[in-house]
Amino acid sequence: MSDHEYTPKSKAGKWFNDRLPLLTLANHLTDYPTPKNLNYWWTFGGILTFCLITQIVTGLVLAMHYIAHADMAFESVEHIMRDVNYGWLIRYIHANGASMFFLAVYIHIFRSLFYGSYKSPREIIWIIGIIIYLLMMAAAFMGYVLPWGQMSFWGATVITNLFSAIPFVGEGVVTWLWGGYSVDNPTLTRFFTLHYLIPFLILGLVVLHIWALHVPGNNNPVGIDVKKPSKDTVPFHPYIVIKDGFALLMFMIVFAFFVFYAPNILGHADNYIEANPLVTPAHIVPEWYLLPFYAILRSVPDKLLGVVAMLSAILILAVLPWLDTSKIRSAVFRPLYKQFYWILVADVLILGYVGAMPAEGLYLLIARVATAYYFLHFLVILPVLGLKERTIPLPLSITEPVLGGSPNMAMAKKNESKIE
Amino acid sequence: MRNILKIFSIIILFCLPNANVISAEKVEYLKTDWTFKGLFGKFDRASLQRGYQVYTEVCAACHSMKYLSYRNLSEKGGPEFSVAQAKAIAASFEVTDGPNADGEMFQRPGKLSDKFVMPYENVKAAEAANGGAYPPDMSVLVKARGGGVDYIYSLLQGYEEAPSGMVLDDGVHYNKYMYGNKIKMSAPLSDGIIEYSDGTNASVEQMSKDVTTFLMWAAEPSLEARHQMGFKAIVYLIILTILVYFSMKRIWSRVKSEV
Repeated sequence: MSDHEYTPKSKAGKWFNDRLPLLTLANHLTDYPTPKNLNYWWTFGGILTFCLITQIVTGLVLAMHYIAHADMAFESVEHIMRDVNYGWLIRYIHANGASMFFLAVYIHIFRSLFYGSYKSPREIIWIIGIIIYLLMMAAAFMGYVLPWGQMSFWGATVITNLFSAIPFVGEGVVTWLWGGYSVDNPTLTRFFTLHYLIPFLILGLVVLHIWALHVPGNNNPVGIDVKKPSKDTVPFHPYIVIKDGFALLMFMIVFAFFVFYAPNILGHADNYIEANPLVTPAHIVPEWYLLPFYAILRSVPDKLLGVVAMLSAILILAVLPWLDTSKIRSAVFRPLYKQFYWILVADVLILGYVGAMPAEGLYLLIARVATAYYFLHFLVILPVLGLKERTIPLPLSITEPVLGGSPNMAMAKKNESKIE
Repeated sequence: MRNILKIFSIIILFCLPNANVISAEKVEYLKTDWTFKGLFGKFDRASLQRGYQVYTEVCAACHSMKYLSYRNLSEKGGPEFSVAQAKAIAASFEVTDGPNADGEMFQRPGKLSDKFVMPYENVKAAEAANGGAYPPDMSVLVKARGGGVDYIYSLLQGYEEAPSGMVLDDGVHYNKYMYGNKIKMSAPLSDGIIEYSDGTNASVEQMSKDVTTFLMWAAEPSLEARHQMGFKAIVYLIILTILVYFSMKRIWSRVKSEV
């Protein structure tokens, strides 16, 4: 893992490090050579780590006061909001923290898509990332159920009912998930248990994600391999630490704005109505971060195929390194891919928008077209584009485009500054 | 800076679908100047106290407020009745307590620590007394409705004659702002239905505003503390961000690269 042998200076340090090389690890982390041309889109890894820790810490405190019981959950949340010291603050950080977490993860994923960070030799980092993303969605969904409001209850009912689409055993599976014949107390208690468990699974995977990252090192906006350590790299500390810190603070300002001035804007009003199995809300919508997939689910007329489409939309990302046939990583040198990339971004935003709308009329038509395009992008455009596209020649090193060079390099520089 | 602008625009784009969910069913609500909106928003103390009067003399006949306690009435950031006033308010209610040493339930005057007394024993009793419609608990009502305070404020003033051709069942009323325009609650407010203890003219508009302010506080009792802390937190973060920005520039000046 380490690029050079490290020996602690003190005798005690050496004694300890020979038995448990924590100091070697710390040294590796501080010295870790990082490409010096990373832009701010690369700061979201650190921001995501912050989000995860924030969720775990606030979640622990909430769990001390929350009661996972169908008759008491809603009331216990109000107890947190009213009677627990700064309970309102902790709950609003946790609830908005989930949204911030997803905002950051989407930027992180789309950064990866733009700069081809999923390509060889970083496929494992990418796949671990997709598993983390899946677990995040599971954790967020179950967390949204815990306040036991109307959207909690009906969201849980709709999503768990998806499993009934499985041929032959579907109904049995749903009953097994519920722990009964409808979403009820057993469902709530198991969701609470899993909601508590998943963040720690994510934490473990994050360690693997970073470990896997530290083998090849960071990709960079130019997308070419960087010699490490060299004049193209800087040590992680202090260069990247302060830059990530700066970006994190900017992010925290946005986060704080939501927590203090619009804490409920990202939630749904119906979730302040206690769960009532006898009254179905007019529109059952998931949280915003799940809307694109919800749109895909609803755009397919058949229930089973809809579920398959929704799951495929996520799982297709796991095989992305093999669907994208281009050897060039960064979109900076792929003029056509760059355009398709922005179309995909628009496509996902459109899916998110129609996911919030009733599945009828024009909205349904748009959802279907956007769903079709989503799969077209990954299954047809990417494989073909990699073989057909005329790419811009790559510079020899990342310092070259920065310092200017041949006309091609200047062009690369121009393109790069456009996306930064 | 362009990155930052992009981040902000992405945030806004992501928020749009939600905003649209709400606006899809929206009619233009009546607007008024709420003192509790904005960065420094605070409740109008007198309005909260009047609002409590409207709640307790009108709404509380049918609507419970089960998550509030009488002690909340004297707490900072709320109506801020004096402790003596809050005690007197609590004592004016009969609370069922017990069982006592003989195993009997008994009635006693309310204390600060008691929750607001409910008008009905349970949901079924409330439904039975109101033609089958449950008068919703008002503790978090403002947050439980898409339009929030503007919706409640409008609804209270939205009673009109039903348009010709619309058939209303017995005990159903027409309201311009209600979802589907049909509401089981009859117009709760009328000019002068109560007499404000501070002498304010009790018009429907005034009472609507006061009681909605009170409901906002009931749903969000920490609103003032939140706004105050939020301002401090954000100013602190901005200053720290600026300091870190210059430190970063300094550190990165050692290498030939931009940040």
